[in-house]
Amino acid sequence: MRVFKRSIDLAATLFILLFSIGVSANSSSDEKEEGPVNTQEEVEGYILHHIKDSHDFHIFSYTNSEGERKHIGFPLPVIVWSSEGLVTFMSSRFHHDDSGHQVVEAGGTRFVKLHSKIYELNSGADEISFDEGHHPVNAHKVLDFSITKSVFGMLLIGILMFVWFGGLARQYKSKQIPTGFGRILEPLVIYVRDEIAEPNIGKKYRQFTGYLLTVFFFIWILNLLGLTPFGFNVTGQIAVTAALAIFTLVIYTFKGNKDYWQHMLWMPGVPVLIRPVLAIIELAGAFLIKPFSLLVRLFANISAGHIVVMSLIAILITMKSELTVFGSGLLSFVLSLFITLIELLVAFLQAYIFTMLSALFIGMAVAEHDHGHDHDEEVDAEDVRADFI
Amino acid sequence: MEQLLNDFSPGLFVMQTLIMLVLIFIMAKYAWKPIMNSVEKREEGIKDALEAAEAAKKEMQNVTADSEKLLREAKVERDALLKEAREIKESIIAEAKEQAQVEGDKVIKQAQATIEAEKKAAVADIKSQVANLSVEIAEKVIKEELSNKDKQLKLVDDMLGDIKLN
Repeated sequence: MRVFKRSIDLAATLFILLFSIGVSANSSSDEKEEGPVNTQEEVEGYILHHIKDSHDFHIFSYTNSEGERKHIGFPLPVIVWSSEGLVTFMSSRFHHDDSGHQVVEAGGTRFVKLHSKIYELNSGADEISFDEGHHPVNAHKVLDFSITKSVFGMLLIGILMFVWFGGLARQYKSKQIPTGFGRILEPLVIYVRDEIAEPNIGKKYRQFTGYLLTVFFFIWILNLLGLTPFGFNVTGQIAVTAALAIFTLVIYTFKGNKDYWQHMLWMPGVPVLIRPVLAIIELAGAFLIKPFSLLVRLFANISAGHIVVMSLIAILITMKSELTVFGSGLLSFVLSLFITLIELLVAFLQAYIFTMLSALFIGMAVAEHDHGHDHDEEVDAEDVRADFI
Repeated sequence: MEQLLNDFSPGLFVMQTLIMLVLIFIMAKYAWKPIMNSVEKREEGIKDALEAAEAAKKEMQNVTADSEKLLREAKVERDALLKEAREIKESIIAEAKEQAQVEGDKVIKQAQATIEAEKKAAVADIKSQVANLSVEIAEKVIKEELSNKDKQLKLVDDMLGDIKLN
């Protein structure tokens, strides 16, 4: 219980701290074209904007009595690698502009923000200009190591995980059975070990539990965080899921034993002429299909979930004229409640599937083949893989 | 696809990789390892405790069986002892009886021998007295009857005929 309280305290302190920054930063200038999100196109734009990462922590916006658009939230630090080296400044300097019009001068060069991406203006340019396809012609993208909303979310979850599970680990020093919140966490850890790691990897599961447990809780908690009104979409960022998939790829590539490589490169038990063909297929499977199935599944599921939930909430606006405020509100409430409950399940399911598939791929790479009947097992493994890809 | 590639942020990828590496390292060191060790130790402990309980149960059964066996053996031994004691008692009694008999017989025999000896002595005494008496009688007779020789001889014969020696 003590750990739980402490983590709540921590979260509360963090948020109070962040809101106090937010109050000082929210006095942004109003934008000409911005206003309440009312039309179908604006809703679509809003949803697509949300799905992307953002450089400030935006909680909500409103239009005050003078017609000014106010944004509540707080800025996050921008860290970019530009032609002038590493440049850092707070995202508040963009004044919530996402159309590339607000030019920020920092570190001897100029930056604009366009569709959640930071562009560096070419030298000599004062203002961004576009071609017909709305692509910037006098600016280029920079390597963006900013503490974006996603990075912020990951750091938050990292700290939270450390506090929770580190607390659970400390409890064992004084007692055999954890109390309080640890009593909830411990079965989850054992669940991952007994239901994911051990059955899929086999006897050698112990060395991979560190990765599998971290990935499972990281994805699950971030998925759940995505369902809160703070609007994180960390596991819906393709860069995040790609990094996770590549972790799995690296592990099963470097931990793969002789049997694994032999079955991949020079498959025993099939005609020699077919072996190179199989090798190409196996290599493509190991280095492209497996990581791709991991990264696209998680990314697509979470992004789709966010789009569906937001679209259903938007029914309130888009169907107001047909159904009146009450009717559209009720419809949107019932539908989005229903979908959110499903998303709650999806949040767990995707974490489970990602971890399970990672364990399965690792298990295939480290499996000790009994040469008496290894080909039967190989067929089984192929079947299992075919079921999941 | 173009949209996806456009959305892919290399910077975020790098940040995620860094955070993940640090997180895996920290979590493995400070959380997963101690948790796993403790849980495994506990599971091991539970298994050991169950096995120990099972063993204790078996031991208990063995002990019960042993004590029953001991009890049985003790009973048998006691019975044997009692039987032996009874036999010893009987034999002692019999022996004592026999000894008493022998002793009694001996005493009786001694007594008889003594009686016999006494009797013989008595007879001898009587004989000597009889002889003396006879001599005296004969003396008297001789003295008296020396006159009457025939009468004297007749008298001796009669007297000798009357006296019966045992």
